[in-house]
Amino acid sequence: MYVYDQYDQKIVDERVSQFRDQTNRFLEGKITEAEFLPLRLQNGLYLQRQAPMLRIAVPYGLLNSLQLRKLADISRKYDKGYAHISTRQNVQLNWPALAEVPDILEELAAVEMHAIQTSGNCIRNTTTDQFAGVACDELEDPRPYCEIIRQWSTLHPEFAFLPRKFKIAVCGTEQDRAAIHHHDIGIELLANAQGEVGLKIIAGGGQGRTPAIGSVICEWLDKKHMLTYLEAILRVYNQHGRRDNKYKARIKILVKAMGVDAFRDAVAAEWTAIKDGPTTLTNEEILRARAFFKLPDYEILDGEVASAQLTEQTVQNPIFGNWIKRNTENHRTPGYRIVTISLKATGFAPGDISAEQLELLADLSDTYSFGEARSTHQQNLVLADVPTACLLEFWERLQAAGLATPNIGYLTDIICCPGGDYCALANAKSLPVAEAIQSRFEDLDYVYDLGPLELNISGCMNACGHHHIGHIGVLGVDKKGQEFYQVCLGGSQAKDASIGKILGPSFQQADMPDVIDTILSTYVALRQEEETFLDTYRRVGIEPFKERVYASAN
Amino acid sequence: MPLLIKNGCITEDTWQPVNQDSGHATHDQVATLEQWQQLADKNGSAVQLKPGESPAALYDYLDQIALVLVNFPAFADGRGFSYARDLRERGYSGELRAGGHFIRDQLTYLKRCGFDAFQLADDKALEDALTSLEDFSEHYQASIDQPLPLFRRR
Ligand code: SF4
Repeated sequence: MYVYDQYDQKIVDERVSQFRDQTNRFLEGKITEAEFLPLRLQNGLYLQRQAPMLRIAVPYGLLNSLQLRKLADISRKYDKGYAHISTRQNVQLNWPALAEVPDILEELAAVEMHAIQTSGNCIRNTTTDQFAGVACDELEDPRPYCEIIRQWSTLHPEFAFLPRKFKIAVCGTEQDRAAIHHHDIGIELLANAQGEVGLKIIAGGGQGRTPAIGSVICEWLDKKHMLTYLEAILRVYNQHGRRDNKYKARIKILVKAMGVDAFRDAVAAEWTAIKDGPTTLTNEEILRARAFFKLPDYEILDGEVASAQLTEQTVQNPIFGNWIKRNTENHRTPGYRIVTISLKATGFAPGDISAEQLELLADLSDTYSFGEARSTHQQNLVLADVPTACLLEFWERLQAAGLATPNIGYLTDIICCPGGDYCALANAKSLPVAEAIQSRFEDLDYVYDLGPLELNISGCMNACGHHHIGHIGVLGVDKKGQEFYQVCLGGSQAKDASIGKILGPSFQQADMPDVIDTILSTYVALRQEEETFLDTYRRVGIEPFKERVYASAN
Repeated sequence: MPLLIKNGCITEDTWQPVNQDSGHATHDQVATLEQWQQLADKNGSAVQLKPGESPAALYDYLDQIALVLVNFPAFADGRGFSYARDLRERGYSGELRAGGHFIRDQLTYLKRCGFDAFQLADDKALEDALTSLEDFSEHYQASIDQPLPLFRRR
């Protein structure tokens, strides 16, 4: 993974000092609340219902074991002994004290971490495929490009006060696991007719109040132009994005208002002025970034022997076998598998992880997975390089720590924002809805029979819980001071990107498990052969679901 | 005379402030864009840009203008950062001043986008503000005061 040199370290250290000074001035009353707001937000600090919330950046979801241990430490020392994985692959602390935040940032800087631009109207943490570098279907590892973007976007002088937040995602596979069509800018590594790998640039996607699927702005771009082209897009947005209404301020609204062609022309005009300028990437820089992500020292293993042995173990221990089936994936290298660790056990807030669990994962990653881990936008963790032969002992240790929930990609692997329990912007609570649904569907056989299913819950229109792109999406709404829930169906974050359609009038919290139950049994009744929920929905449309749900409600 | 930071020092402002209500600007006064467009002789002129007023109107006169004042009515409105960079990249070399309601914590960003003069709403705060110009000694991006991005220097 990327390792700081003296420049990176200096920038992060100076940022900590700057924020310490800003915090002191605020606590002494020398900066107004309004002026402090963007300063603290650009350091990831929110003032929430109960306490401040600090969002720590995990660049494109990559963590080493030292960082995991530091996070465990910090969560014990400054918080309540647990942390939360957000849907932007970041880590959140829910209970730090404002005056201690500069100390936390200083501790983070010591392990090459920071909270820069994890919030505010600026360029946020760039995200990617959690299986980057190990996925079988990958054209090229997207992480070097994410790191180049991270550096370019960090404290960018021109783009710190954009009309609204700005999110970039990069992926290197056809089967997009980074939701690039739902970002302000999405980048796909793609080969042209000559076989040369370049970048497809998509802009104007996004969630929130007016969800939109991004439009292709450039079919294929030479990698060396990546930063100047991004800069051109940001310039158009910074100058012309709406600033009068925060719900109309995202780039998706600008792209719609101008029309894709006019937007593309405006970008081209800005680009002409800076194309081939000093920000053009050099070959050395691309190679330098790639060198940080070269393959670890895999052992030469006999893949067939390893899988035969694994099969035997799974036959002897079906519970283990089930976990292997649900939570591990094929690896590019023979004799290894990718493991996803579910943070979605019933009774725990989705994405929450205790200090002890963080430390266990640090140990496991050191022993089995080259000392690295990844956070996912589905709020789970991945250990990407586990030898197949070690999986049984690995699983036993996970099981002892309550980390072996076998539900990755199924109904109970719910994406859920912190909602009304923590978030000051929420219209409704989201965590109790997630828990009620998980409790209702405890029968794993039924859950597996339903097949791959993404259920996403957000506590308000800001859509941190990605409800628009869940196969089933749940949105908390406020009706005359009462919490209600709107359901949408048919969203998808994958290559076949789509935005969910609203089912109808919203429901009370207590009815939600029944509503989900009816939706699911409707699917089971209507599905043909191997159809997934999304397949069936796309074939039959929303009507049959609507009929049944509202018929049983009356 | 009001004070401002220019080229890293606190100095007196020799320009008369903008007068919106007047039909035209005098020669020692900062003109609104509209007033400026009416000036027959733009040599040595001073013009104010507000958010939404594209610097494109100035392109043909960049070698004649003495001062461009980019006004920030609210510090969160970041359009002025792009205006400054655009003007500098097109070769404007006169004074580029930030005015209005930006805050001292934005000074390094402003400077890197090409501003060389800063007029804070409260000129008693200038002394403290000078220290904010020193917040960072290294940057990743190319900027007006450092035309090479870090990756071409490391
Ligand atoms: S979706 Fe709304 S309630 Fe949930 S975390 Fe985001 S802002 Fe808060």
